[in-house]
Amino acid sequence: MELKSLDKEQLDLLESIAGIRSFDDSSAFNLRLNGSSVARNITENIKIIPKPDGTGIEIHVKKGTKGEQVHIPVLISQSGLKETVFNDFFIGEDSDVTVIAGCGIHNCGVEESEHSGIHSFYIGKNAKVKYFEKHNGSGDAGRRVMNPTTYVELEEGAYMEMDTVQLGGVDDTSRKTTAVVGPGAKITVSEKIMTNGNQHAETEFSVDLNGENSGAHLISRSVAKENSTQKFVSDIRGNAPSNGHSECDAIVMDNAKVVAEPRLSANDIDAALIHEAAIGKIAGEQITKLMTLGLTEKEAEEQIINGFLK
Amino acid sequence: MLEFKNVTYITEDSSKIVDDVSFQISERFVAITGPNGSGKSTIARLVAGIIKPTEGQILLDGEDITGLNVTERANRGISYAFQQPVKFKGLDVKDLLSLAAGKRLSTKEACRYLSMVGLCAKDYIYREANASLSGGELKRIEIAMVIARNTKLSVFDEPEAGIDLWSFNNLITVFKELHESTKGSIVIISHQERILKLADRIIVIADGTVTADGTGEEIYGEISSPSGCKFYRKGR
Repeated sequence: MELKSLDKEQLDLLESIAGIRSFDDSSAFNLRLNGSSVARNITENIKIIPKPDGTGIEIHVKKGTKGEQVHIPVLISQSGLKETVFNDFFIGEDSDVTVIAGCGIHNCGVEESEHSGIHSFYIGKNAKVKYFEKHNGSGDAGRRVMNPTTYVELEEGAYMEMDTVQLGGVDDTSRKTTAVVGPGAKITVSEKIMTNGNQHAETEFSVDLNGENSGAHLISRSVAKENSTQKFVSDIRGNAPSNGHSECDAIVMDNAKVVAEPRLSANDIDAALIHEAAIGKIAGEQITKLMTLGLTEKEAEEQIINGFLK
Repeated sequence: MLEFKNVTYITEDSSKIVDDVSFQISERFVAITGPNGSGKSTIARLVAGIIKPTEGQILLDGEDITGLNVTERANRGISYAFQQPVKFKGLDVKDLLSLAAGKRLSTKEACRYLSMVGLCAKDYIYREANASLSGGELKRIEIAMVIARNTKLSVFDEPEAGIDLWSFNNLITVFKELHESTKGSIVIISHQERILKLADRIIVIADGTVTADGTGEEIYGEISSPSGCKFYRKGR
């Protein structure tokens, strides 16, 4: 579907978070622009139902749906707009789908724009979900704030792979992900963050491994530049025989500051929990190595950061 | 041609690691050997520009490169394989080979370099060059990067260090082939007799000075003789 009502800036914003400039008519999608839904499509297997009060949508994926994807991007180009959106996903048993969310704010005014997206996933038995969420901001003086909250409930044997990226333009972000993992179910979360200027980013993972043989794998890679600050908090609670792993790697540059607060709670004798954290500047020997390949110091630094956040 | 003219290197804590070393290298395959701590790796670092001489000059094809930094020397045609390969979180093997070659390599091209160092390319090309690879694997990737650069001077600092016997046999084959194919000079810092045997010329360093210098046959013969230890003493 061609998006005639969108101007170039809005299309660019859409591309920056979802990699598309139009929607595929054979798949389900919902586009929210400046506070209201402007385009929507459903398929036989994926239904999108707007909440009566306009505060979000429900996405229902039929049992056994395989290989379909649903795009639900949010774009804000109106300076000063602040919204909280509640989107609920009901993923039927044995299905295998991809959800591409994300929010782009282009703020060319001076007022603060803010989007708080609260996504709740209820994932049925043996269902698989890949969830991509990319945040991007652009524009001038007006601050851009995004506070994504994700709540995930995984039933027996279900699997969720969540991939979140925020590589620039967001002044303030508080990202909370909470998961309740059932027997044999697993969640993998990979997050990539880069902050610069006076930006602040906070990440909070909270996982309850409630079912036997449940698992969680959290990976955060971030780069903090200039005067920006970041905070990483993770709390994995092994309440049953389970495996939990979290990993936080951060590169600090200039005057940036990063705090990592990992926490593991073993509430079962067979809960195996690991946390790894490494925070520091780019290793000097990495820069030297790339310089011996002919790169300047600055080019070497860029390659290392690009690779790190790839 | 690489030339050291009276090069001395003194560390910040006043230890003289390299003491008035002079040599010219134009042969295809030169080995620098000597006891541990004799200053061999320091010479390699001086060539690459990672450290600068306290006194003396370094010349490449007649140009004084003493004041040039690492990048400038790399762009003049100097490659340097580290003794301890550097690990990268995020950059994969293909990225590193592409940076070495100075262009985005196709999978086929990258695979060719990996095959040359005895790695089954498809297993490695998209692997991150991090601690998940063994010392021997990282070492071979390090050598593949130098091959991909294809420069007129390649310096290898103890390529045999930290690799197993099986990998070592492969490595000898790699250097035999490099000896045949290089258009410039290869300088290898090594203790390994099988590498020394490949050399056209061997320079022996002890206590920061050159204690012997000659053709591979001459020097290797003397080192391996019962009286060979005299090379490892200063002021022979």
